[in-house]
Formats: sequence, structure tokens, C-alpha cells
Amino acid sequence: MRAQPMNASRREFLKTSAMAGGGLVIGFTLPGAARLAQGADKAVPMSAYLRIAPSNEITVVCGLSEMGQGVHTAIPMLVAEELDADWSRVRVEQAGVDQAFANPIFGMQATGGSTSVRGHWEPMRKAGATARAMLIAAAAQTWKADAADCRTERGMVVHKSGKKLSYGQLAGKAAQLKPPADVKLKDPARFTLLGKSGTRRLDSAAKSTGRAKFGLDVYLPGMLTAVIAYPPVPGGKVASVNDAKAKAVRGVRQVVQIPSGVAVLADGYWAAKLGRDALEIQWDHGANASLSSEGISKMLSAGAATGGAVGRNEGDAKAATPAKKIEAEYEAPYLSHSCMEPLNCTAWVRKDGVEIWAGTQSQGPAQGILAQVAGVAPGKVKVNTMYLGGGFGRRFAPDPVVGATVLSKITGKPVKLVYSREDDMRGYFYRPASVTRMTGGLDADGRATLFSASVASPSIMEGSHFMKLPPDGVDAFGVEGIRDCPYDIPNLRVEYSRQEPGGLQVWFWRSVGHSQNSFFLESFVDELAHAAGKDPFEFRRSLLGKQPRYKGVLELAAEKAGWGKPLPAGVHRGIAVVQSFGSFCAQVAEVSVGADGTPKVQRVVAAVDCGMTVNPDIVKRQIESAVVYGLTAALYGKITFKDGRVEQSNFHDYRMLRMSEMPAVEVHIVPSTEAPGGIGEPGTPPIAPAVANAIFAATGKRIRKLPILG
Amino acid sequence: MVSLVVNGKTREVDAAPDTPLLWVLRDSLRLTGTKFGCGIAQCGACTVHLDGEPVRSCSMPVSAAAGKKVTTIEGIGATRAGKAVQAAWIRHDVPQCGYCQSGQIMSASALLAKKRAPSDADIDAAMSGNVCRCGTYNQIRAAIKDAAASAKGA
Repeated sequence: MRAQPMNASRREFLKTSAMAGGGLVIGFTLPGAARLAQGADKAVPMSAYLRIAPSNEITVVCGLSEMGQGVHTAIPMLVAEELDADWSRVRVEQAGVDQAFANPIFGMQATGGSTSVRGHWEPMRKAGATARAMLIAAAAQTWKADAADCRTERGMVVHKSGKKLSYGQLAGKAAQLKPPADVKLKDPARFTLLGKSGTRRLDSAAKSTGRAKFGLDVYLPGMLTAVIAYPPVPGGKVASVNDAKAKAVRGVRQVVQIPSGVAVLADGYWAAKLGRDALEIQWDHGANASLSSEGISKMLSAGAATGGAVGRNEGDAKAATPAKKIEAEYEAPYLSHSCMEPLNCTAWVRKDGVEIWAGTQSQGPAQGILAQVAGVAPGKVKVNTMYLGGGFGRRFAPDPVVGATVLSKITGKPVKLVYSREDDMRGYFYRPASVTRMTGGLDADGRATLFSASVASPSIMEGSHFMKLPPDGVDAFGVEGIRDCPYDIPNLRVEYSRQEPGGLQVWFWRSVGHSQNSFFLESFVDELAHAAGKDPFEFRRSLLGKQPRYKGVLELAAEKAGWGKPLPAGVHRGIAVVQSFGSFCAQVAEVSVGADGTPKVQRVVAAVDCGMTVNPDIVKRQIESAVVYGLTAALYGKITFKDGRVEQSNFHDYRMLRMSEMPAVEVHIVPSTEAPGGIGEPGTPPIAPAVANAIFAATGKRIRKLPILG
Repeated sequence: MVSLVVNGKTREVDAAPDTPLLWVLRDSLRLTGTKFGCGIAQCGACTVHLDGEPVRSCSMPVSAAAGKKVTTIEGIGATRAGKAVQAAWIRHDVPQCGYCQSGQIMSASALLAKKRAPSDADIDAAMSGNVCRCGTYNQIRAAIKDAAASAKGA
């Protein structure tokens, strides 16, 4: 995932061809594809397509996964803007797996890290602009006119004389032309689609009628449905199994032992589940049978007290002698992603290769991994990406695709591996727990002069198996949101201590390290403000003089929320501001606290600066979505362990925010000409501290451990 | 064999009587619009109508549906309320990942079939059994109100 300078030539970027029936096909490779292909000394693949059919239908083939974030609308919009397409004729098609679709930021085909718009902002626009130039050239040739006398509007080339030809009419001729050596992109001031409200999602109808196909909706002839009995303790193994009763269940076809547990394969989910219920397994629990949340907390707390690798060091935090010193220990728990669609994958290992059907965020890595699992060349692994019923990072992990492929290889049949909700929730890949010790100092005037944080947490980099802890020993995800503390404080130190309780598999969870670290930092800054006797908004503002974009969203959120103005009786405000994934987001939460101490979030006012936007309606929905995701976790989310076992199992004991608890949410976008930032994740980090700070304002009780209703 | 009436058609299904209706709809009849979310009636993704009443099909044995009218997301558009709700969902671009939306639409359609102009409290009561991890609740509420208004005008 290391960024490298790209030296792909124009020739590699673009290739055009004729479509059967007389259309235009533009194949282009994304910059990341060339990068990896060159590294591997292979020919650059050419299969990312934009198709213009004689019927005027324009198809954008999208290599990114749609998990609700709207990428299947945003990517076509980028093309359509530069193409001057008629949006009503634009459709999107999910691509297969091909290095041509490598995410330019990752260098592999994958969707995550709020990278899609950032990585495709330019290449997709270039594809649209190139097609437009070729269509104009084709029209000019037809009319024997000068291309300079032709313009484009809504899917037509228009000559200054008033003559018009549609893109569909011109596509066949354009396909015979040589693509231009270079194209000029529009000045953003001339955008008609990008950054404007009102462009509708392309997937709403399919998702409102039951027609949208998710991974679980795949059915193949002769397919078996599998569920796996997993070891109840992490690292456990099967000691012995009696499968006689399982095999006697009507519909059960096979029981097989695999490294991850015992799989029951049946004619459908229900038979597979009944078969699994009937298995008699003796487990060897291994080394983690006494793992407990109390023990985990102690281990992390000890790590934070001891300190570790230094991630940032300015001034001299150790020698600083502030007039007032504030110390606090903060803690966040493990979290499950709990996508609405339980994890699953359908795989079919045949003699000629492997084919899978999955809602996955990581087609590229899956192709490589499954080639190894099945013992075939990567080119023999075909990935059919279905709609994802939520992703949040969890669908970046390979466990379902590996499990299904192993089972298909063993049985020789197409296999749909299904995780029950309990399997999904108890299947690890959690947002890591963290304990962080914070020290802050104020001078006699109440100005912050010292901030130090000692973080103890498992390493996502090591857990990912595609990254390594860097030489300085600081996990980038473990400290993000604290190491990048934006406040102007002269003595600043951040340390990281890697702790791996139980060797638990940890993973990327919507906004990753920011999800807990922003809670720690923005709550602690609130503590400092109160210790200084200052207003939490003004205190932050005074420390953000060198950070105009932070300050901009902070001020906008405060203004729109009416910060400082009276609220209805019993309602209190809290504020927080965070930068993550290249975007800045501040939130003001308005919270009332019931007589029993239960908080109710009444309203959230968010301000976001994500640079130039593609679709501001989707931007607002993503911020609102991220608020709900973060608020759910802040109020209720915790995965805990007792006797080595995960205590939670389903939505009754791992609670979700529901309609009756939903706050009003307002999102205000800062107009910007900056490069686009991410939008899927940046709304999540500020909500937990904004709510916790509001609860402090209401009750005087400082929340230092999540969840709030823990 | 169990005999069911699904979206107006009589279907014979070879399933054990205690098989949840959800898995008969999905695995036997391939009506995949009805979703599996939790298996214990906690999320509402599997909501269908049984004689017009919303039920969680993951926790209802197929035998309990025998002889009754089952309506799924694939058939709800044929009802007045269902048609209005689906149209409002599309107008408001409610779905994000979309996985829970079949269940949301089934709960909302059942509500509108009973109450032409539901209050916020009615919406809370009818919809709080349906979880949405993408957090589309405010759009769902707006779409229900819009559907109610459009159905009234129809």
C-alpha cells in the first residue's frame, strides 16, 4: 500500500475499441494498476471500461464495491461530468477482478479507507474527457467541420450551426479514431454535476423492491450450504467429533473437519444449522481458556502505564512543569462490525479454476489468496462482487472467501458458506480495545502547555497480514487521531505500546484508530478546557490558529448549532472536531439525561470539510450514517470475554440504535476547492466525544470508558 | 409437503413443518428479497406479511403460515400501501447498503395499511423492530410520511 511515483505512459492509460453493434468502448487502466503490473514485470491489463452504445446508453464499469456509501453513483458521476453525458442514460456495472481496477491509492483492487473518490477523482474524469474528445472528433469528421466549432451537452455533440448528433450515433465512428494524446479536464467552476445537489443514486429502485442481489442471494445448481462449528475459544482446536447425529439430520449431505472447525454441508441453511446443532465436539481450548475482559483491561492498562515506542515528540513533555496538571486513563472496548448481512461467500472450485460470489471489499487480495488456497494461477480466480449488506471494514477480511473455497475444494461442489449472526458476532476481526493514559498541563493563564498520551492496544498492522509494524514500533492505526493532535501545544508526546491479549484477531472498523482515539483526545481536551475554566468551543478554537480547516468546521458546527445560546430545559451540548481520511468534521451533540441517568441524543449538528464533493446529498447521508454507527458503539458497543468466550451473541446483547432513539441530524458542508477527502468514515470519530462531553455538561460526570451505557 | 399462498400464488413446498418460513421463502422458493439478519426476531430484516400482519419470518415455522396469505417484498408493490411506500423509498433515495430495506418497507407498508397518517410515535412503535446499520432512520421516517401523504392524495 506504499505510495510510489507512477510513470505510466499515455499509451498504457488508454485503449479504445469498437463494440459489437457499433458502439465505443474505452479501456483504461488506473494508475495503481500500472504501478503493480510494472513491479511484477507483467503487461499492463486493459479492461476498465466505459461503453457508449448506439442506443445512447452509457455504461460505467466500476471495480469498487457498493456497500451503501454510494460509490456506484459517485464513480459514474465523475465520468459523466467530463463526458457531458445525459445522466438519465448512465448506468453502472460491477466489474470482475482485474488489476486494471486496482484502487490507485492501494495499488490493489479493494474498497476501503474512504479512498474511492480520492483515488478515482482524476482518472475517471480523464476517461470521460477522452471519450468526449473522440465523440467531438467523430462529429467534426461527419460534418466536415472544425472540432473547435463543436460543443457537447447532455449526450449530444452540437455544431455552432445547430446540427446535433447523439453520442450513440457517433460512438461507432469514434471507435475508429485514435484517442487524443492528452485531454484537458474541466475547471471545477464549470461543473454541472459534481458538487451539485439532486443527482439520484443509481441503486435505489433495486434496493427498494428486493431485486438487489447480495452475496447471500446467490444460488447455484447443485450448491450446498455450509455452516461451521468454530472453536468457542480463540486459538482452540477440535479434539474429537462425533457427527453421527448431524449426518442423520434431513438434508445434511456431508460433515468435514477443516482448520477453522467442523463444517456441516446441507441442502439449505436450516438443515445445515440443525446439523451443526447436532454435532458432538470435544474442544481443545488451547492457551486462552481463561481470557477475560478484566484481564485484558489490566494488561492494556499496565502497557499504557509503562509506555512504549515514541510516535511523536515535540518540546519536552517529560520535563514540563505546568501550573496545573491533569491526568486520566481512558478505555475503549473491542467492537464487532455487525454488518446487517451476515458474512458469507459462495465458491466453486472447478478443474479450470475458482469462481466466487461474495460481497467483498477486497477482490484483488482475495484473488491472490484463493489462488494459493486452490493451487491455481491467480488469473484462474474469478470474483463476482455482489452488493454488500454493509462493509465497515469487516468485508475487507478474507475469512469467508477462504472458508467457502476450502469447502468447495474438498467437496467438489459449489458451496455457500453462511455465518449465522452468532458466528458473525463471535468471529473476531474486532476493532481493537485500547487503554490510553493522558497527561495535560495548563499554565497560570489556563493555556495548554503539555499533552502526552500513552496508548496500549493490539496492532492492526500486524493483524492485517499485509502490513508490518514499522521500524519505529508505532502502529499507525493504534495512534491515529492522537498522534495527529492538531492543537497548538508546545510540549507534546505520544507513545505506543503493542499489547496482544489472547492473540485476538483485530481489524479495520469504520474510521479505524480514530474511532477510539478521537474519543480519548476530544474528551480529554474537554477536560483541559474545564480545568482551565474555559468554554470547550473557545478553548479548542484558541489552539487551532494554525489549522484553518479544523477551525472552519469547528466554527461552522458551533454557529449552526447555536453554541452558547439557551437550550430547552434539561438539554446540554458537547462538541468535538476531528480530521480523518483527508476530511474535517466537527459535531455538536445535544443530549438530555433522564432521571435514571440514561442519555438521549436529541440532535446532532455536523459540519464537514471534505474538499470538493462529488454528490453532496450522498456526503450528507454518509455523515449521518457515520454518526449513527459511532453513536451506536458509543452508547452500547462492547465485545467482552469470559472464560475465553465472547459473551455477546446477537442483537439482544449487542444492541443497535433503533428508530425510536434516532436523533435529528443536520449536516453542513463547507464550500471548498481543496482536493476531495474521504467521506465514508470521517463522520464517525467525533460523535462519541461530542455526546460524552454533552453528558459531562449535563451531569458533571466524565465518561472515560466506553460504552457509555456499559 | 406444506402448501402456502405466497404473493397470491399457491406453492407446494417440501420442507419440515418446523423450518422457519424465511428459509422456505429463500432456499426453497428463491424469493431472496426477504433477508436473513439475526435469526431471533431482533432485527426485522426478514419481515413479511401474514394475512396483512407483519411477522418475523426467521422465527415463524412454515407450518404456522400454511393456509394463510404470505406477502413478501416481491409482492408488496401490488398493495396500495406497499406501492406508495416503495415509490417514496425511491424518491427519497432511502437505501444505502439496502440489506435491511425489504424488512423496513414491509413494516412501513403494514403501518400505512392500518394508519393513513401515522404520527411520529406510531412510526417509532411500528419501525423500532427494524435495525438499519447504515442509519437511514430519518430518511425512513420522511419517506413514510411522504408515502402517507401521496397515498391520501391518490
